[in-house]
Order: sequence, then C-alpha cells, then structure tokens
Amino acid sequence: MIGLSHYLVISAILFSIGLVGVLRRRNLLMLFFATEVMLNAVNIAFAAISHYYNDLTGQMFAFFIIAVAASEVAVGLGILIVLYKKHGSLDLDDLASMRG
Amino acid sequence: MYEIVAFYLFSALTIGLFLVTVMSKNILYSMTSLASGMVLISGFFFILGADFLGVVQLIVYVGAIMALYSFAMMFFDATRDIKEKNTNNTLVFLLGGLTALVLVLMFAAPIYSENIQALYPMHEGVGNAQDVGIVLFTKYLVPFEVAALMLLVAMIAGIILAGKKMDESLTEDMSADDEIVRETEIEKDDK
Repeated sequence: MIGLSHYLVISAILFSIGLVGVLRRRNLLMLFFATEVMLNAVNIAFAAISHYYNDLTGQMFAFFIIAVAASEVAVGLGILIVLYKKHGSLDLDDLASMRG
Repeated sequence: MYEIVAFYLFSALTIGLFLVTVMSKNILYSMTSLASGMVLISGFFFILGADFLGVVQLIVYVGAIMALYSFAMMFFDATRDIKEKNTNNTLVFLLGGLTALVLVLMFAAPIYSENIQALYPMHEGVGNAQDVGIVLFTKYLVPFEVAALMLLVAMIAGIILAGKKMDESLTEDMSADDEIVRETEIEKDDK
C-alpha cells in the first residue's frame, strides 16, 4: 500500500532534481524551469499530507503556491525579455557585471 | 492495486522527464519535458483525491505558464543549443545528492504525529471542489483576495516590462532590417 512516506520521498527526489538544476544551470530560462520543478515537488508533498491527514489546509497552500508561481513567471519573463534586449544573451556569466 | 501501479508509473516518468528538463541542452526539449512532467504531477493529485487541485494544475501550469514560456521563447533564439560553462559539476551533484539523501531519510523516517489533528477536515459525501470552495471562501478569503491582487500586479508588471520597445525585433539583425528598408527605398527611387 502506498503511504504518506512514498509521496514525501518522491517529492524530496523531485525537489533535489530541481535543486541540482538551480545549482548547475547558467542560463536564466533554464533556472526558471528548475524553480518550477521545485515548486511542483513541494505541491506534491502538500497534496499528499492533505490526503493522509484528511485536512484541506495542504491543498489551500498548494493553490497559493500555484498563484505565486504564476505571478513569478509573469514578472520573471518580463525581466528576462528586458535583459535579453539589453545584453543579447541570458547567460549568467555574461550578465555578471560587478566584479571585484 | 491500481494506485500502486499508477504511483510507481507516474513517479518513474516524472523523475525521468524532470531529469531531461534539468540536463537538456535544448530549450525546446527542456520545456516540452517540463510540460509533460506537470501533466503527470496532476495525475498524482488525482490519485490523492485532490481533484480540484489537479484541474487547477492542468489549467494554470500546463495551460497558462507553459504558454507564457513558449511565448517568451519567441523572443529568444530557442533552436540553438545552449552553451554553458559548468565549472564544478562534481560539487553540484554532491550537494544535490546529499540534499536528496537527507530529505529522503527525513521523510522516510516514521512520523510520530498523534497530536496532529485536522484544522479543516474534509467532509464525507461532498465533492472535493465543493469542499475546497467552502474552505477557500470562508477561512482563506483574505489570502485569496491578496493572491488576486498579486496576480493583477504581476500581470501589469509583465505587460510593462515585456511591452517596452515591442516594435523592435530581438533576434534578427537590426542592420538587415535597415538594408531591406533601404533597398525598398532605392526601388521606389528607381520607379
């Protein structure tokens, strides 16, 4: 039988995949994809806890996370477009203008 | 039985698709695998009985957010492979693997939670959407309205940020455009 731990473990694995992406990627669009992966992993954990404790609070938090993710993408993509217009690339190494 | 099969199938597919998302060099592959992984995650929500959350996941993530990404990709040169300088790959995988290990050990440990009780328990015989609606519009009304305001602000910010200088092309050479204009002008002069 599938228990709560199964869902939490799959959520942890997906979160770590997203974390590896955030640490490894140099392209800003790919960084956004990796953050989406992490947000989705957390949503799975919330939904699973909501199911196994018979409580709706987890689902509510998952809704708000989805709303936050949507607005994050809207603003973030606008910023990405402005950056691309200014620098002509989305590579973080190219964008690093403050060097000590 | 079906739940077990569905769970393991969805888990394997989601992990594989998200690995493709994180590792792929091509933005198009990455985005497609991200979208299909999100569809499978909504499958998790349906298994867990969170029907409304699953539908919202499908509509918002797979519909709206991925459409937004694909629209934004029209501004960038998406077909080219991304060249990235990965300086410290071993360190990254070590950190990610350690985090995964710690989280898995934490979550796989037995949970002693006798004193946790449901704050807003689900009702028997009521659909999930109805239940969610009742709780969302009574207990979580203020956060809901704040989220609506936040989405409005985000929409305005997105329009303003992306809308500057919309008449200029990003990917094409500006000089090429000028040449075309010049050629047409010359043709007009010839006539």
